[in-house]
Amino acid sequence: MSRFPKAALLAAGIHMALISPVLAGQFNLGREATPEEVAAWDIDVRPDGQGLPEGRGTVAQGEEIFAEKCAACHGDFGEGVDRWPVLAGGQGSLKSDNPVKTIGSYWPYLSTVFDYINRAMPFTEAKSLEPDEVYAITAYLLYVNDVVTDEDFELSKENFVSVKMPNTDNFYMDDRETTELADRRKAPCMENCKPGVKVTKRAAIIDVTPDEGAEPKGSLE
Amino acid sequence: MFKQEKPELAVPARRQFLKAGLTAGVAAGAMVAGGRTAFAEGDEAIVEKKDWAVYPGNGVDAAPYGMPSQFEAHVVRRNVPWLTADTVSSVNFTPLHELDGIITPNGLCFERHHGGVAEVDPAEYRLMINGLVDKPMVFTMEDLKRFPRENRIYFLECAANSGMEWRGAQLNGCQYTHGMIHNVVYTGVPLKYLLEEAGVKTNAKWVMPEGADASGMTRSVPLEKALDDCMVAFKMNGEALRPEQGYPARLVVPGWEGNMWVKWLRRIEVGDEPWQHREETSKYTDLMANGKARRFTWEMDAKSVITNPSPQAPITHGKGRTVITGVAWSGRGKIDRVDVSLDGGNNWREARISGPSFDKSMHRFYYEFDWDGSELLLQSRAIDSTGYVQPTKNELRAVRGTNSIYHNNGIQTWLVNSKGEAENVEVS
Repeated sequence: MSRFPKAALLAAGIHMALISPVLAGQFNLGREATPEEVAAWDIDVRPDGQGLPEGRGTVAQGEEIFAEKCAACHGDFGEGVDRWPVLAGGQGSLKSDNPVKTIGSYWPYLSTVFDYINRAMPFTEAKSLEPDEVYAITAYLLYVNDVVTDEDFELSKENFVSVKMPNTDNFYMDDRETTELADRRKAPCMENCKPGVKVTKRAAIIDVTPDEGAEPKGSLE
Repeated sequence: MFKQEKPELAVPARRQFLKAGLTAGVAAGAMVAGGRTAFAEGDEAIVEKKDWAVYPGNGVDAAPYGMPSQFEAHVVRRNVPWLTADTVSSVNFTPLHELDGIITPNGLCFERHHGGVAEVDPAEYRLMINGLVDKPMVFTMEDLKRFPRENRIYFLECAANSGMEWRGAQLNGCQYTHGMIHNVVYTGVPLKYLLEEAGVKTNAKWVMPEGADASGMTRSVPLEKALDDCMVAFKMNGEALRPEQGYPARLVVPGWEGNMWVKWLRRIEVGDEPWQHREETSKYTDLMANGKARRFTWEMDAKSVITNPSPQAPITHGKGRTVITGVAWSGRGKIDRVDVSLDGGNNWREARISGPSFDKSMHRFYYEFDWDGSELLLQSRAIDSTGYVQPTKNELRAVRGTNSIYHNNGIQTWLVNSKGEAENVEVS
């Protein structure tokens, strides 16, 4: 790849310095990526639909693909097998002692579902699905989560951003700065802070340390 | 109760000249027996002639890449099988109770993968920068190594470290309760330099690092942070990144949750909005008691833990002089002070910090005392350079409930009984 002539680079540098807090490069390293190279790697999708490929797929098509390529881990209806992620259900559980965070109960954006399936699924062969297959599987996941109820529903690039997820409004920006930090930045007590301290919980009773313990509820994944 | 594994004591290898003939072996045996009768009284470790003091050991090159002593074979990362469905998308834990100082050895740095370890050939390594830039760019490893390099020490803590402890004391061992952390020296290129080569457009606000692994890990990072102190690292503790830590290059996001430090970094897209990808929506968001969830909780709050004694590392010497040690860190700065309590938080005394104190790096503390053999409720409390005091677990729960999984930086309590055995407990 040929470099810009030196004069043009200099001009670009001056231009950048005027309009941007970020200075232009000064090391003249690397090369320009070609449009084909960018297209090969730039597969990410955003909530506003940026990055969605052309394509479409129905709930019924998605059900077939899901049964073949996804159900071994996630179950036929997204209920999850063993400790593999549960994808459906859990609505109304988020305040309970056993919240079930699924696409329907928790995920705020449908674009996340499409993007993740497209880049990381199926687990043993990532990035192998065609766009139409990803649309179809995503449509099926909306169906098993009761976000759409019609088996003939077709998801496409055109109608994608019109789908709203049930839990979208229940996320908020980190607010530790206002809700926690003032309480934490107080000089700590050094003496007689807690007379009569008692042990309230013991790991030995729960007994889940590896090699010896039983399996508790829940999973990190 | 966790059982400490005894190292397998291998018989020291006899050298070539002994392997050569039976007679030589017999002669050596007689020599050792003779020594024993000559000095019958006293510590056998002293009065017995040891093989290692008699026979020449391995020559150079016996291990072209050196490994720890055979007696340290129990010092390894360990996982908790019930946490995840499969080791390919799972985590193991740094054996904090076996380490000292502030640097984590490369082979003991905890692992967290979402699609297994990518084995990337550095000759085929490419880092692309695209999106809202004047010119999308591609860099090779050789290109990266032609930029000015920096060396900085940072901790990397998984947001889910101590995540199993929200509902109460669960796991007996600081390796399991606090071992999703490591602290190494990174050598790399400030991300700012790479972004400048591409020319960031004025409407850019975010960058999205992406991994080359099967999970294609992505996170949204504010441009301000990217230009401040993020770096693209290719060395850790002086040598190439380990494959499980992102070889040949990873992102370093100082003080922020480990998931953002994308390994096997292959692309950085520049954009004007966050991408809201899987690991910043369905995961790594903090579910509160009211069913709503905090997102973009990037900074790691100040935290500390006593690593010795702890359930995997009991006091074995009985009463008398005893060393308590542990580590402390903060995503907001340095650690100014660590307090230690022997009575479950009723009374506190200042511990001694030893070793270098760096911004967003682990700090090592010690507290030495004469143990009278009575029960102890050990706690440590970190105070960082912003004045943040590490809270109790109950103080955290009062704000966040018990469902948040992530960002549990509450004070840890070890109950040490009169035998010196330690257990993970919680106190009133």
